Amino acid sequence: MQSIGLLIEFKDGLVKKANFGMATAARGENRHLIALVVDASAGEAKASLEAYGVARILNISTGKQGWDPAVQSAAVVAAIAQFEITNLIGFTSPAGRELLPRIAARLDAPLIMDCTEIDLDAHRAKTSQYSGKTIATIALTGRHFIYGIRANVVTPKKAPTEAEIIDFAFEENRGTGYQVLETRSDGSGAQYLAESDIIISGGRGLKSGENFNLLFDCARKMNASVGASRVAVDNGWVPYAMQVGQTGVKVNPKVYIAVGISGSVQHFAGMKTAKMIIAINSDANAAIMANCDYYAVVDLFEILPELKKQLDEHRQG
Amino acid sequence: MNTMNIYVCVKHVPDSAATITIEGKNGINEKITFLVNPYDEHAVTEAAKIKAAWSGVEVVAVCLGKPAAENTLRSAMAMGADRSILIETDRSHDSIFTSRALAAAIRSDGQPWIIFTGKESIDNEGMQTQFRLAANLGLPVATDVVKVDVGNGSVRVESEREAGTIDVVRMTTPCVIGVGKGLNMPNYPTIPNIMKSRKKSVRKIGMAELAIEKPATGMEIEELVPAVEQRTPKALTGSAADIAVQIVDILKNEAKVI
Repeated sequence: MQSIGLLIEFKDGLVKKANFGMATAARGENRHLIALVVDASAGEAKASLEAYGVARILNISTGKQGWDPAVQSAAVVAAIAQFEITNLIGFTSPAGRELLPRIAARLDAPLIMDCTEIDLDAHRAKTSQYSGKTIATIALTGRHFIYGIRANVVTPKKAPTEAEIIDFAFEENRGTGYQVLETRSDGSGAQYLAESDIIISGGRGLKSGENFNLLFDCARKMNASVGASRVAVDNGWVPYAMQVGQTGVKVNPKVYIAVGISGSVQHFAGMKTAKMIIAINSDANAAIMANCDYYAVVDLFEILPELKKQLDEHRQG
Repeated sequence: MNTMNIYVCVKHVPDSAATITIEGKNGINEKITFLVNPYDEHAVTEAAKIKAAWSGVEVVAVCLGKPAAENTLRSAMAMGADRSILIETDRSHDSIFTSRALAAAIRSDGQPWIIFTGKESIDNEGMQTQFRLAANLGLPVATDVVKVDVGNGSVRVESEREAGTIDVVRMTTPCVIGVGKGLNMPNYPTIPNIMKSRKKSVRKIGMAELAIEKPATGMEIEELVPAVEQRTPKALTGSAADIAVQIVDILKNEAKVI
C-alpha cells in the first residue's frame, strides 16, 4: 500500500474544484489517499473530498495566523514523516510554487513542477521544457516523490468513500529567518487564470487598456477569465498578472480565445495545452491562425460586441 | 571592513526564440544561440544596484555549465558582476546536483551576504534551484521577488504570489533571493562594458575540485520529444454577427463550456 499525499488548496474557505481532478489522478490500486490540509477547514475538506476517494484528512495546524510558506512547508514535511507518505501531489499554483519546492528541498527529494501527466507507480512525470517546444519524460529517484501538477489536466471522476480526520499539530521551534510582514492585494480579485475553463485573451490588436473592457464584457457572460499577451502587458494596458506565456502564467483551459494576438512562440508556451483554441484576428497571416482549432479573419472591434450580444441571448435562451 | 559578497547564480540557456532540435533520446542540438537566462539578468542588475548603494560590496557571478557558459559569465560581468566562477562540467545536471555544486563553489569562495538566482530557468523550467541552494546552505529564501530593500542584517523583499497579490517578507541575511520579471530593467551590456568585462576574471573550477558527493536522489530526463501541434484550423466565415453565432454554438455544443 502506497500513501499518496494531496496538498489541498482552498479558495474563500472552500476546497478548490481542481483538487477533485488531482484526487482522481492519484487514485489507483493499492493506494491510500491522504489529504493534507494546512491551517484550513478539515471539515470542508472531508465533505468535498471523500466523494473523490480520499480516505484520510490530515488536519495540520501550525498555530500561525496567515500565510507563511516556510512554516507551512516544514509542517508538511513533518506530516510526511509521521504518516509515511511516499508521494506528494500539489498544484503548480501560486501557493504550490512556494510550498512544493520548499518541501522538496527540505526532504532532498525529487520534484517535477508543471506536470501534465504523472505515473505514480513508475515514478515518472511529463512536463514541457524549452518554452513549451518539447515534452520531457522525467524519471524520479529517491525515497519521496513530489509532483506539482498543472490544474485541470485530469477530469474529476467520483469514487465515494468515507474519510477520517486526523489532527496533526506542528510547532516550528527553530527560527526560519523568513517572516511574512504583510500580504498586499491590489483588489483586482482576478480569478486565477490557470484554473479557468475559458480564457479570452487580448494582444496588440486591442490597442489600449480601455478596449480590454470589450473582453471583460464577453468574459462575464461566459464565466471566463481575461488574459493578455506580453505586448499588452509591456504597453501597460493590463497588469502583469494577466500575462499568458513563457514569462507569464501557463494555462490549460478547455477553450482559449485569442483576440488580436499574433501567436508568438513565447505566447504558445503558455497556452498550447488548451483543449480548443479559437483565434480572432484581422490578419489572416498571423501565426496563430495556422495553429488553432477555429479562426476568424475579422475586425475584433466588430466581432466582440456581436459576441457579447450572442452570449447574452444564449443566457436568456 | 570585510568585503560583503553578493553571489549571483546564472544559467547559460538556449534563446527562447531558437529552434530546438532533439538529438538522441534526451538531448538537444546545442549549435544554437545561448544567452543568460532572462530572470538572471534582473538578478545581476539588482546586485549591481546594491553594490552602487553600499560600500565594500563585491558581485560574483557563479555558473555551473559547459565551457561555452563562459559567454554567459562574460555577459553577467558586462552587466555589473565584478568577477565570476565557472564550475565546469561536460553534461547537464538536475537541480538537486546543481544546487550542491553552486553551494560548494560559494562556500569555497567566501562568505555570502546575499545570493541571487532567477525564479526559474527558461530551458528546464524547474522552479526549484533557489530553494535547494538555500536548503544546502541553511538559509532563508524568497522567490518571484519584484522589489528588494537591503538593510543591516536583514532584507525586505516583495514576493509576487499571484494575480495582484504581493507578500512583503523580511529575511535575515545571508539569504537567497529568486528574482522575478518585475524587479527592474536589466542593464543590458554596452560596448564599453563588454570591453571592460573582458579584463575581469573567470575562475574555472573542475568538478573534482569541489568533491561533491553524488546525491542519492535525482531527476533524469529520460526522453525528450517535440511538442506536436496537431491542430487543423477551420475557418469561421461570414459577417461579424454570423461568426459570433458560430462561436457561441461551438462553445455550447462542441466544447460544452457554456
